[in-house]
Amino acid sequence: MLIIDQATYDAILAHARRDHPDEACGVVTGPEGSGRAERFIPVPNAAMSPTYYEFSSEDLLQVHKDLWDRDEEIVVTYHSHTATEAYPSRTDIARAEEPNSHYVIVSTRDGAEQQSYDGPVEFRSYRIVDGVVTEEDVKIVAAYAEVPSSELGDN
Amino acid sequence: MAIELRVPTILRTYTGGEKAVNGDGATLAEFIDNVNGSHPGLKERIVEGEPEELRRFVNVYVNDEDVRFTGGLTTTVKDGDVVVVLPAVAGG
Repeated sequence: MLIIDQATYDAILAHARRDHPDEACGVVTGPEGSGRAERFIPVPNAAMSPTYYEFSSEDLLQVHKDLWDRDEEIVVTYHSHTATEAYPSRTDIARAEEPNSHYVIVSTRDGAEQQSYDGPVEFRSYRIVDGVVTEEDVKIVAAYAEVPSSELGDN
Repeated sequence: MAIELRVPTILRTYTGGEKAVNGDGATLAEFIDNVNGSHPGLKERIVEGEPEELRRFVNVYVNDEDVRFTGGLTTTVKDGDVVVVLPAVAGG
């Protein structure tokens, strides 16, 4: 199960809407082992594409240098699909390198024919390990403080 | 002094959980061989093929420079350098 706070959830949706019809991408990080997805880091889609996303080499390094300095890890890796459902594509599965990350996919496909979009967005979460996709429940909380740390530790 | 390898989370199973390990070498290829000697298995997650090349979806940096622009595995390294290995983030 992915446990995510309302503010971060909203921020991911807003990013997907803002970048539509191109795919949006980014990560949410938290202290190592804490399971708290608390620092929202939108990353420019270097591909600037409606069907592909990637972090530039420079952005990838910058994100990880920040993680290193803060003793944080990636808790959530997210991106959007702008014309298809919020389910991992073959490319998503092949390129998923972080078995410990939740992979969130949001879909703005209801606006697929539009150049901008402000409507409903699907939000789904997966684990992707060695090519195997497992969808998981998403629990939205007001604040991580209300969740027992034992429950968050598995996040 | 030594050369430091910063180990990404997914490769820490090869380093007993250590976030950073040290090694030596005059080139990136030598350094990876050296580190692999003390942490077997690391190399094949970074390098592939014959002749050896960096894996396609792994980014390697020496002192913040992406080695794809500095000679790849032939990039020279020296004491005090920091080598960072990161899995690429991409999808469709």
